[in-house]
Amino acid sequence: MMLTDLTIAGMKRGLAARDFSATELATAHLSAMEQARGLNAFIVETPEIATAQAAAADAALARGNAGPLAGIPIGIKDLFCTESVQTTAGSKILQGFIPQYESTVSGKLLGAGAVMLGKLNMDEFAMGSSNETSAYGRVISPWKARNSNRELVPGGSSGGSAAAVAARLVAGATGTDTGGSIRQPASFVGISGIKPTYGRCSRWGVVAFASSLDQAGPMARSVEDCALLLTSMCGYDARDSTSLDVPVPDFAAGLTGDLRGKTIGVPKEYRLDGMDATIAALWEQGLAWLRDAGARTVEVSLPHTRYALPAYYIIAPAEASSNLARYDGVRYGLRVTPPGGNLADMYSATRAAGFGPEVKRRIMIGTYVLSAGFYDAYYTQAQRVRTLIARDFELAFEKCDLLLTPTAPSAAFAFGDKADPLAMYLNDVFTVPSSLAGLPAMSVPAGLSPDGLPLGLQIIGRPLDEAGVLDAGLAIERAAGFTARP
Amino acid sequence: MSVTPETVLKIARLARIGIADSEVAPLAAELSTILGWIEQLGEVDTQGVAPMTAVIPNHLAWRADVVTDGGVQAKVLANAPDATSGFFAVPKVIE
Amino acid sequence: MTATPWTVKGATGDWEIVVGLEVHAQVTANSKLFSGAATTFGAEPNSQVSLVDAAMPGMLPVLNGECVRQAVRTGLALGAHIHKWSRFDRKNYFYADLPQGYQISQLYHPIVGEGELPIETEAGEKAVIGIERIHLEQDAGKSVHDLHPTMSYVDLNRSGCALMEIVSKPDIRSPAQAGAYVAALRQLLRYVGSCDGNMDEGSMRADVNVSVRRPGAEFGTRTETKNVNSVRFIMATVEIEAKRQVEVIEAGGTIVQETRLFDPSSFTTRSMRSKEDAHDYRYFPDPDLLPVEFDDAFVADCLASLPELPLAKRARYETALGLTPYLANVLMAEKETAAYFETLLAACATAQGRPEADVARAAANWVSGDLFGALKRLGKPIEASPISPQAGAELLTLSADGTLSGPLAKQVFEAMLETGEGAAAIVEARGLKQVSDTGAIDAAIAAIFAANADKLAQYKAGKEALFGFFVGQTMKAMAGKANPAVVNDRLKAMLAG
Repeated sequence: MMLTDLTIAGMKRGLAARDFSATELATAHLSAMEQARGLNAFIVETPEIATAQAAAADAALARGNAGPLAGIPIGIKDLFCTESVQTTAGSKILQGFIPQYESTVSGKLLGAGAVMLGKLNMDEFAMGSSNETSAYGRVISPWKARNSNRELVPGGSSGGSAAAVAARLVAGATGTDTGGSIRQPASFVGISGIKPTYGRCSRWGVVAFASSLDQAGPMARSVEDCALLLTSMCGYDARDSTSLDVPVPDFAAGLTGDLRGKTIGVPKEYRLDGMDATIAALWEQGLAWLRDAGARTVEVSLPHTRYALPAYYIIAPAEASSNLARYDGVRYGLRVTPPGGNLADMYSATRAAGFGPEVKRRIMIGTYVLSAGFYDAYYTQAQRVRTLIARDFELAFEKCDLLLTPTAPSAAFAFGDKADPLAMYLNDVFTVPSSLAGLPAMSVPAGLSPDGLPLGLQIIGRPLDEAGVLDAGLAIERAAGFTARP
Repeated sequence: MSVTPETVLKIARLARIGIADSEVAPLAAELSTILGWIEQLGEVDTQGVAPMTAVIPNHLAWRADVVTDGGVQAKVLANAPDATSGFFAVPKVIE
Repeated sequence: MTATPWTVKGATGDWEIVVGLEVHAQVTANSKLFSGAATTFGAEPNSQVSLVDAAMPGMLPVLNGECVRQAVRTGLALGAHIHKWSRFDRKNYFYADLPQGYQISQLYHPIVGEGELPIETEAGEKAVIGIERIHLEQDAGKSVHDLHPTMSYVDLNRSGCALMEIVSKPDIRSPAQAGAYVAALRQLLRYVGSCDGNMDEGSMRADVNVSVRRPGAEFGTRTETKNVNSVRFIMATVEIEAKRQVEVIEAGGTIVQETRLFDPSSFTTRSMRSKEDAHDYRYFPDPDLLPVEFDDAFVADCLASLPELPLAKRARYETALGLTPYLANVLMAEKETAAYFETLLAACATAQGRPEADVARAAANWVSGDLFGALKRLGKPIEASPISPQAGAELLTLSADGTLSGPLAKQVFEAMLETGEGAAAIVEARGLKQVSDTGAIDAAIAAIFAANADKLAQYKAGKEALFGFFVGQTMKAMAGKANPAVVNDRLKAMLAG
């Protein structure tokens, strides 16, 4: 077995047993990264940093005071600010931006001994579901459909993270999820990914898209690996006012996969008209697996589900239009000044040149829905609907402990297949409601489409019940025996 | 919902995004489609429903009033496109 | 007293004015509203800026609890309704000194609601001005336009400092009332300690809303003159803008709702470039922050922490201490003067074993007379007075117990200013003690009679004007230290004998 095929748990065991060193692990992954440059998963590669961190991990392992992730090669989504390493959020407007600070989450991972191989490509400002909006070129999925040579999207916005993990360039990666940006790409490339409860992971140092929705989380090749990374990523941070001051369990140590006594809800509104038959069948299969693991299944209702996407496409762009106002060419990033132009000309030219079409579109929508005369009809109404959506989940969780749904309405699609923005937005139909309610949710690979492409199932839990979500994920992982690889 | 070219221009001006004349009509069409789809939210009866303020119950922590930051002029200016004598420099503001 | 309403005399008749003020007061705090950077004035550019204040990507605001406390204390001092649930909103607009591209403010749910502020103009006209609301918000940075021909320079040191925006109701009806309102507000904030009131450094500035109307008619269209930074300029803005509006209307024009600027060099206001849609601020609740919530106990603590407020203090000086309205006003105008006076008063009462009311008049006269005169000469504020309240009490006690006469007390006071020594020590060292001992005075008088037998004879013959001569001679012989009353008594007795 190659070192790059190991899970994080396997790497930990091997490092502890001195089967190989952190430096050997890093070297193997750096070499894989070089060979897979065609995927365009990384915006910046940091081999020097990785080599130095691997050496430090080896030293710590030798001393016996290594952190829980010592020597584990990971990639960091380019939305996380990394000290002295360019951070662009996939945007031209931040080209060349070198943060003077380290985001809380990436800092915690590196503090736990993880080795950073580079910054992962993504949709610009995390706005996209296909990685086609990155200013640094699209990420190509390592997967191909059976009997086709078309290049496929890795999903988005954490597409670089998904591709890198699936292609075994890194053992795990950070992602961020605003409306499905961890779960949908995880589903598309056949890996696991969890978005924890809103407030579990600090947002400090993470380039903001939509503040009330953004949440960091891990992506990896097993549920246990996700648990290992998540334990290090979570925790109260006084620098983030929306951070939750609650204890962080050792998620990996608590994993059992035992669902006896648990009730799994099946939201009936998620059975969409014209649903893909394979996905519908996989969903049924998933429920059967969970029953095999000891759970009971029950149908529940989330009556406001169909309003989640429109509410999301008001709230997220509104917040984004304000969050992205700071990219004005004054203090950092791109500046374009037309000859003889004044400050206002500089703003318009800088933002016109620095933002891509999807980001502009969302800023425009957000500006529109907040503008005078429309605020109540759009924004306030959306926040009221959001309350109703959260209440739907609360009521459902009186009848069940977890929900099982598909992660995405389809397998990965080819580039250009969803040129219409609205068609792209509809891809988030199953992931957005739990984002609006701030709930923990994860995608686990469960099967293949008729074309041989990965399909994921989504588990949604009560607030702060990441442990329950991970347990159900483990049960599916065990039962599915998903071994397909790109 | 139909977004007029004038509205597109007004929104772009508010958002300080320069757009070319040729971009106006396509943007108007796109925004009309998206906003038209969003409008279905109006169907929901939200009488007496409070707008969401925090998805997970939480309370706002307050900082103690102590100086713990600042004094990092070099870091603040490190990425500036144009910095002079400790200031950020920008094209003249026309009042 | 109610003065005749202030009006603009137009060509077509009288116009009444309606004025509301939005005062921005910088909250007294060590650190900024949402970051741990310092707030002191006059530092190197961009040196008091955190990465949060510079709006670096991914930076987040964390609320300074002291600013909440100061806003609540201010609200309580204005008798205002305190909102135990408030929220921060983003006010979105672009400007070079607004790094986030939005100002964190409170539009929909301000921390303080309606209150009121009683005022009195210099002419003695009293009024009560309604307070609409107080909210907390961030200050912007500063753009410097005159250092380069084509560039402006941005300093973010003030960016993120906490401001209270104190919004009055449109209850103000004259320039004098506008001035009195700002002066009373400044005094109150300084008493409360929630703002230093330093208008020169920009700690307090006002947006002045003015409209004109026929007496009793509906409100006219108002203009808003931004960032006026002295009481005098605020009064001038009200008057100039009211007159300008009357001229426009009487010439057949209409008033446009707009933002204007006061030009202190020409005493005029001018329109800021009309920004047709610049006022679409797209307010919405800041998703980086949760609602601000506190309980009754917090409000009670804030209330308990308030000092005696100006109006109460003035009333107490007049009624309990028996001071004249004039003296009461002089002593409470600045909180530092009042603090000095009250420390002095307590020390005098203790030293003399008398109630404060009995020693107040002498203390008040000394502070407003000798001490103010000396401080003015020295160019020092009272908190830097070379004579402490305790030292002042020692001096006043020596006067009260007859040790020092009026002239001697002034002599000792000057010596205290010069040397910094205590009154008793100076009296002792220089032998300035007043002599009331009749033996010594009698002996001096006897010697003077002996040396001036002729004058004594003239006096006894009826030339009573010579009494003054004998007093002068006696005081001279006693080196000025004799108790004048005793000298008088003894002279009369001995001349009669």
